[in-house]
Amino acid sequence: MKYFTGILVGLILVLTGCSDPKPQTKAVYMLLDTSGTYTQQLDKAKNIIKYLLGNLNSGDSFAVARIDSESFSEKDLIAKITFDMRPSKANAEKRTFNDIIDKFTSTVKGSAYTDITGGMLQAIEYLNETGAGYKYILIFSDLKEEVKKGHVRDFPITLTDIKVTALNVTKLQSDNIDPREYMTRVEQWTQRVEDGGGTWRVINDLDRLEGLLD
Amino acid sequence: MASADFWNMWVPGQPATSIVIWVVIFMLGLYVARIPAHQAILTITQGLRHALRLMAKSVMLVEKRLKQRNSEVLLAHGREATERYIEREFQRVEALVNRDLSGYPSLQRDLKEQITRIDEDYVQSGEVPPQPPEWLRAIEAVAEIPSNGSPVVAKILNDIHSTLRKSLDKDVSAYRKANKERHELLKKMMPYWRSLTKILTNVEKKITGLENRSNIIDEQMKHYEEILAKTDYAERMLSSSSLTQFFISGLVLFIAIIGGYVNFQLVALPMSEMVGAGSYLGSIKSSNVAALFIIALEVSLGLFLMEAVGVTRLFPVISTLDDKKRKVILWVSLSFLFVFASIESSLAYMRDMLAADKEALTQMLSGVEVAEPEFRWIPSVGQMVMGFILPFALTFAAIPLESFIHSSRTVIGLALVWLLNSLSFIIRQMASLIKGVGQLIVNVYDLFIFIPLRIEQLFKKNKESPDIGSVQNNVFIKN
Repeated sequence: MKYFTGILVGLILVLTGCSDPKPQTKAVYMLLDTSGTYTQQLDKAKNIIKYLLGNLNSGDSFAVARIDSESFSEKDLIAKITFDMRPSKANAEKRTFNDIIDKFTSTVKGSAYTDITGGMLQAIEYLNETGAGYKYILIFSDLKEEVKKGHVRDFPITLTDIKVTALNVTKLQSDNIDPREYMTRVEQWTQRVEDGGGTWRVINDLDRLEGLLD
Repeated sequence: MASADFWNMWVPGQPATSIVIWVVIFMLGLYVARIPAHQAILTITQGLRHALRLMAKSVMLVEKRLKQRNSEVLLAHGREATERYIEREFQRVEALVNRDLSGYPSLQRDLKEQITRIDEDYVQSGEVPPQPPEWLRAIEAVAEIPSNGSPVVAKILNDIHSTLRKSLDKDVSAYRKANKERHELLKKMMPYWRSLTKILTNVEKKITGLENRSNIIDEQMKHYEEILAKTDYAERMLSSSSLTQFFISGLVLFIAIIGGYVNFQLVALPMSEMVGAGSYLGSIKSSNVAALFIIALEVSLGLFLMEAVGVTRLFPVISTLDDKKRKVILWVSLSFLFVFASIESSLAYMRDMLAADKEALTQMLSGVEVAEPEFRWIPSVGQMVMGFILPFALTFAAIPLESFIHSSRTVIGLALVWLLNSLSFIIRQMASLIKGVGQLIVNVYDLFIFIPLRIEQLFKKNKESPDIGSVQNNVFIKN
């Protein structure tokens, strides 16, 4: 009986004692660049979204927003959801989500400006509201920010505990002329994210998405 | 004080000379403090040695007590197991006696009847020569009368003779008839003989079975007596048996754990439909905890079931209950187990549905259209059956669990004895080492001051008179 009690106590300690109060849920906010010719890349973004839908679980949150001229507003949010706790319901929600994305990518029109900072601010707000334990911002963009005249975006942003991943950072025509522009652009964003307390990485090979939500 | 200043203290600018002066000072200091230093070193090392030896003794004492306790536990378990075995054998004998020998009176009656019939038949078949009629002697006497040539007498005599012959023929015929009847009676006896032989063979078999059981009981009784006598042989035998039990039951338990894991996999996913897939208890999903809880409940019910049946004796409260109450526990456990098995079976079906839904979603997201497999129902049914059977199968884990718990007490005890033995050996070795180290430090100390010691020796030689302090010191060192 002593052994049995010992095993039970051990089990309870394992279940409750490994006191990790951090929630195990994930929240992903994906920003889609819809400026100029980048809309042609949206099929790739669609595949990433499908990958994410396949890998997110019940209780996880997922939002997809476009990076528009004025991204710091709710109007650019294409779809957002916190998946139901029941796997069967969550699967149905994923199907609906996928339909919304399909519809969006087939009707999207290019925007004149690229307000990445505004989109990130929106994303941070959303991610913090979800209360998820693991937060991710995915930026599907060439990282070239173009904001309307008079809009202020040059300020530090707080990205504590948020993992930021830039996806499919394409090289622009001007990057071919001077590759340093590309490197500077990436470097600037790396610096900005890390100064804000987040982690930064770039994934250009979209066949290697396995570690996207690590 | 800086290091350089220290070394240049005596002769500035000549560190080598200063170092030599320092060495001489240290040497003289050490020489002066030689006896108390030696005493201090040897006292400390001896103290340490004594402390270690004391520690080794304590460890050995603990080891001895543990060994004794292990032996007591081992013998107690062995005694209990043998008692159970003998009790079981007696129950078997009782069952055998009740089943086979309860019909002994009727068997005896049958045998008596058979024997009586055979006896009667035998008596009837006895050869009784037919008695000549009473008048035959009178006739014989008359027939012996001489005829003396008288035809009348001759005729009378002939008549008498023919009458006699007729009578004899009749008797012979009756005798033959009686013989025939006797043979028929003897023929009738055959099945009775056969039946008797059969009955006796059966009785012999039963008696042999009982004899075998009594032999087994005799063996166990010898074993039991040895345990009661606490002989070394009994202890060794029980210890070896415990080790074997430990490994075998460990292996079977490992298999049961794998079975439990398969069971868990069947239940965990569908449980997320009930308790939610996104809630966590610590870092573990609530659905996993719920699935584990269900499996733990099933195993517990299995333990109670086995306890109520009397297969295991993990809970003395249950095993000491009267049969009626144990029967209640048995049926309650079995009913709950049946309910849980049914729940698990339905959960297994739900799991299959969820897996199919997830598979369809993945296919849709990857853009691959795969047709529904034709025999999709086979794994569904298989999972349902497994979900129903596994809880019952896990019930039997109680048997190896009991053996494992009992034998692990012995194995852990043996391992602890071995550890304590090794520890005591290491401590004793350390004590010996410390003794040597103390002597070594004293020798190294003397090595540092070998010059003043040499001078002292020369001085003593010249004086040719022993220095009392040195003698005392030598005596002290020898001690």
